[in-house]
Amino acid sequence: MNNIKYLDEYRDPVLAGKILEQIRATVTRPWVIMEICGGQTHSIVKNGIDQLLPPEIELVHGPGCPVCVTPLETIDRAIAIAGCPEVIFCSFGDMLRVPGSTKDLFKVKSEGGDVRMVYSPLEAVKLARQHPDREVVFLAVGFETTAPGNAMAMVQAAREDLTNFSELVSHVLVPPAMRALLSAPNNRVQGYLAAGHVCTVMGWEEYESIADEFSVPIVVTGFEPVDLLSGILATVHQLEEGRHEVENRYERLVHREGNLAARKVIDQVFTVTDRKWRGIGEIPLSGLAIREEFKRFDAEEKFQVGNISVLEPEICISGEILQGLRKPSTCPAYGKECTPTHPLGATMVSSEGACAAYYQYKSYSGN
Amino acid sequence: MCLAIPGKVIEIFTEAGLLMGRVDYAGTVNTICLEYVPEITVGKYTVVHAGFALSVIDEEEAMKSYEAWQELIETAARDGGGYEDQLATIENLKGNTTR
Amino acid sequence: MPSITDFTCPLPRLDYDTIQLAHGSGGRLSAELIDKLFLPRFANPILNRLEDQATLQMPPGRLAMTTDSFVVSPIFFPGGDIGDLAINGTVNDLAMGGATPLYLSVAFILEEGLPIADLHRILLSMEKSAATAGIQVVTGDTKVVNKGACDQIFINTTGIGVIESGIALSAANIRPGDKIIVSGTIADHGMAILTCRENLSFHSRINSDSAALNSLVKEMLEVSKEIHALRDPTRGGLATTLNEFAASSGVGILLEEKAIPVRAEVRGACEVMGIDPLYVANEGKLVAAVPPDQAERVLNAMRCHPLGSEAQIIGTAVAEHPRLVTIKTALGAERIVAMPVGEQLPRIC
Repeated sequence: MNNIKYLDEYRDPVLAGKILEQIRATVTRPWVIMEICGGQTHSIVKNGIDQLLPPEIELVHGPGCPVCVTPLETIDRAIAIAGCPEVIFCSFGDMLRVPGSTKDLFKVKSEGGDVRMVYSPLEAVKLARQHPDREVVFLAVGFETTAPGNAMAMVQAAREDLTNFSELVSHVLVPPAMRALLSAPNNRVQGYLAAGHVCTVMGWEEYESIADEFSVPIVVTGFEPVDLLSGILATVHQLEEGRHEVENRYERLVHREGNLAARKVIDQVFTVTDRKWRGIGEIPLSGLAIREEFKRFDAEEKFQVGNISVLEPEICISGEILQGLRKPSTCPAYGKECTPTHPLGATMVSSEGACAAYYQYKSYSGN
Repeated sequence: MCLAIPGKVIEIFTEAGLLMGRVDYAGTVNTICLEYVPEITVGKYTVVHAGFALSVIDEEEAMKSYEAWQELIETAARDGGGYEDQLATIENLKGNTTR
Repeated sequence: MPSITDFTCPLPRLDYDTIQLAHGSGGRLSAELIDKLFLPRFANPILNRLEDQATLQMPPGRLAMTTDSFVVSPIFFPGGDIGDLAINGTVNDLAMGGATPLYLSVAFILEEGLPIADLHRILLSMEKSAATAGIQVVTGDTKVVNKGACDQIFINTTGIGVIESGIALSAANIRPGDKIIVSGTIADHGMAILTCRENLSFHSRINSDSAALNSLVKEMLEVSKEIHALRDPTRGGLATTLNEFAASSGVGILLEEKAIPVRAEVRGACEVMGIDPLYVANEGKLVAAVPPDQAERVLNAMRCHPLGSEAQIIGTAVAEHPRLVTIKTALGAERIVAMPVGEQLPRIC
């Protein structure tokens, strides 16, 4: 099979096996390590890394999936805006299926809404340019990795003086969530794999105070098996030796200060704000909102879709699952009121969510 | 979160005032924005997320970790087992694979 | 890219250059469409009679019948178009039962305003595919709907074939120990379509694998009548087909990740969009479940055929984990390959 450079080298089974051996040789007692990023969760499950680790190491999957943590209110607001006849509503593919209180964006499309899947926010800007008679709205969700693109789309719209482009923003930030999880009284997390691609943008300065304050090792980690295992090995080394430092194991892509050009544009367009996370609740200063200078591109201002208030089903325990406190099978709604086609909470929404993964396994295991 | 895959820059141009480029992923080519990696040149590898290049692959760093790993694998080779597999791995890491 | 047929079969002169509602009215324009566009492509003694029904001579054996409707956007894509899909899809459904495809009905639903040149191009590719598959179009229908009532062109085809005695292919026949063989690289069609969608800004050299598989199936059945099951992994991809195999037969299936053939450019596109090739549609591939003692023989026969040259044994039916498909990852772990929840969408996370 042809190789993809800088990808396949990091999937090498021999090397992965060797690092696994080292992890086994290093670990002496149980440790709970959280990978924050949903992309890393995906890679861990897909490659079966969790099964290959020694039993002492428990990997806990963190709240790092923007699809999971986008609040229900934002989805409902998106659905309300997408239903407006003058609107071309653009979104990344994985947000289209996320259910709001009553329906998802696909349903809006089936009802005649102009809902389009884009790969880059600049494609939404291009649509605004091509359709001056329509309002183009982009659903800007994601973490720090996605923020530079979503910010640049607004800078570009300003440069072109487009009056028919706006973004519905629900950006979240990783470090405040890491702090919130560590501050929880029932926290179990002893070490973090920091999300490598977030760090390409933000670097790791912000993590230094977290590592200090909470005495947890934080290792910047990539996404391929060799990267993940090498991140886990570094974390285990620190835990076993009683160290708690920030360490970079994604050297080929991440620098301490991150990408300064990208951070500058994020700062130019966004300001830090409190943000609600689906399944967890409000975390202070954990989100990005549009600055005054760019408010004309804020879809929330442009479309007064009314006060949307929603209630998450009380029965749902996705918050506890996201914090690694409970397993899906202990939820009374799991597999009954709550299934991948009718999810009640964050962790059943995304196919990478713990409940959805669990559900699929159970339903096919014949019991 | 944040799927980002390395690809090779094969063309750089300007479109609507933005620094743009074409990135090749083993034969599938995508147009992406290079505003955040202005230092990039054709032939370099970059990781792209949602249409934006975010970081240029530091080939020197990649090579450094390759050397550390090569050592790991050689230790494994001395310990015996799967010699051919390991040789193949070393070839892969050198980037000498046939295309 | 113009093919040689474009030069040998120039677009016939019609009164309009786009489809009008009157083309479906049954009047003069309908007749013109049939005479100038359809008949020259599909002419054969049965169709030429232009009766309300086709009357068919059937050779001995059990009859196989299947129907499928084709809607695809865009209607032209690298490696094919809606026309060859409509022929190959139905031919393949017949072939997966071991049937020799014989006759086909073709029904078009055309959107008012469809360029006649596009329809002609689609008909040329249908003509070519039908000839390759050795199937005759014996009856047809055309309706025209108002602009916006359909997306350019929808095609339904119904196929009839005959299964000779001694062949009984069914997913229910799969037994533990059977080898699972795929006829070539997976995910080509789905990724060809996805990478040519607008708004995704991709340019790829991925071609759809659209092809009629009946000649490949014939070669396979010639070397072994004991093949247990055949299926073409179209929508939902290989993962869906194998889950169907497991559900119908009650066996488990264990795949070997390393053995599954995927083209580099397809893999690249899948990586970028976060899509698992196991769930992506194919239009010219088949999966076979073959008793272990026949597997090598069938595999060799497949590899001698142009549509099976990259065939691989990718897994085994097992008695463990009944009705469950699992995959051994490159690292040596084993994970579940579940039925997909919905269509695969490019993801950012």
